[in-house]
Amino acid sequence: MLRLEKLLKTYKTGDQALQAVDMDIPEGQVLALIGPSGAGKSTLIRCINRLVEPTSGKVYLGDIELTGLSSGSLRRERRRMGMIFQEYALVERLTVMENVLSGRLGYVGFWRSFLRRFPQSDVDEAFRLLDRVGLAHMADKRADELSGGQRQRVGICRALIQNPALLLVDEPTASLDPKTSRQIMRLICELCKERGLAAIINIHDVALAQMFVQRVIGLRLGAIEFDGPPEGLTPDVLTTIYGEEDWEATIESVDEEDEVVAQ
Amino acid sequence: MSEAAFNVQTKMGKPWKKPPFVQRKWLRLILLVGIVAYLIAAYMTIDVNWSRVYQGLERGKKFVMAFTNPDFITRSTDIWEGMFESIIMTVASSVVGIAISIPIALGAARNVAPLSVYLICRGIIAISRALQEIIVAILLVAIFGFGPLAGFLTLSFATIGFLSKLLAEDIESMDRAQAEAIKASGARWMQWVNYGVQPQVMPRLIGLSIYRLDINFRESAILGLVGAGGIGATLNTAFDRYEYDTAAAILIIIIVIVMALEYLSGVVRARVQ
Repeated sequence: MLRLEKLLKTYKTGDQALQAVDMDIPEGQVLALIGPSGAGKSTLIRCINRLVEPTSGKVYLGDIELTGLSSGSLRRERRRMGMIFQEYALVERLTVMENVLSGRLGYVGFWRSFLRRFPQSDVDEAFRLLDRVGLAHMADKRADELSGGQRQRVGICRALIQNPALLLVDEPTASLDPKTSRQIMRLICELCKERGLAAIINIHDVALAQMFVQRVIGLRLGAIEFDGPPEGLTPDVLTTIYGEEDWEATIESVDEEDEVVAQ
Repeated sequence: MSEAAFNVQTKMGKPWKKPPFVQRKWLRLILLVGIVAYLIAAYMTIDVNWSRVYQGLERGKKFVMAFTNPDFITRSTDIWEGMFESIIMTVASSVVGIAISIPIALGAARNVAPLSVYLICRGIIAISRALQEIIVAILLVAIFGFGPLAGFLTLSFATIGFLSKLLAEDIESMDRAQAEAIKASGARWMQWVNYGVQPQVMPRLIGLSIYRLDINFRESAILGLVGAGGIGATLNTAFDRYEYDTAAAILIIIIVIVMALEYLSGVVRARVQ
């Protein structure tokens, strides 16, 4: 579904953010990307939809190679990749509805979007999605009136209304409290399952990642250090990814949290 | 390694001071003494002729006293004609100036425009800001003749430099994440500007526009002095004839209108936050 070949990114400052990363993600797989700050997680997902231009290497979405596309065709392919952001990145002074509908900008012409006259099917779908995340009654509120968890749910709707094949999720829970973090992660994973979406989720909370995903990739200094099921994250593996630390507490806390969820 | 060499004991019991902006002590002293000496010397060169000031106070008093007795009536047709012309000039030049400023501001924001467009737009802004209104007005009066057309063009031109520069700075300091999110959805450039950029800079654009309307009105009173039409021409005539009471009436009207605009801008800005 998504394939990265020798993806490499060197910033102008000389920082090597990604060193020849290879990755293959099958249809419908939800994958967590973990690693310390500065490991290149954000760069990696931005190189996929080319918000950051990779230095070399190739990205295939289905059969289409994204790295060689002209700006027009890149725009068309971006519609197939929904993105969910750290700190939500909603346009704060627009309404919730405008934020959700902005996910359809790749499909409608300029004047339609300028006059906010989106096709009825888009509006209906926006309401359906907002209802799915429990925010249909907030449609006319301004985005900056919402709480963090609510904003992130609007962000999820914005990504899903694109009708994507792939979700790129950048630290979705970075500024949320532990309970809301879990609700958001659960919601993202449920929606991926419902729609058969593949997803790459950048996340620094290892325990949270282990709770929800089928596969974990550990990134360190722009290179893959670990690729396997969440159970494979032993203290030794975490040490190679993050460096020396007492990992027992992190892993144990996962078990405790599972119990809480089971209740 | 410097971390290891740092012995915290040497800092104990001593007061802490913020490191000075200029590190070298002698340089700091020279700069300070130099600035003070220059200021004293500069003020001493200002030549005040006190007997002239004494005479002038009489005239100043007459001028100020005229405000207690402004004459709106004698030259009322001239005043209203000038005022009407000024308001037309102000509104027309503000609208045209703002409309031209917006695309230039987008071009002059480094995070929106490529380098070549950026340099061109910054160049336009620099030219517009370098040429003072009065100089432009004198030139345009020479080209288009006396009257409000020259004033209208001058104010439009001046608005571009002012509004584009300040709006471009606001665009440059916008939140990148919000704009990035719109781009990630596959939006066209125009859609990206409309959804990702415009909402973020709208309060500033409205605030600046009203402020510029206010400036353009005040400037229109000055431009009359060089023949570019408007209330300034009427005011100039009143001064030339020593009709301080008429001049006072004109000034009072200008002050009232400027204050009304100030109040209006406060109300509008509070609403668009």
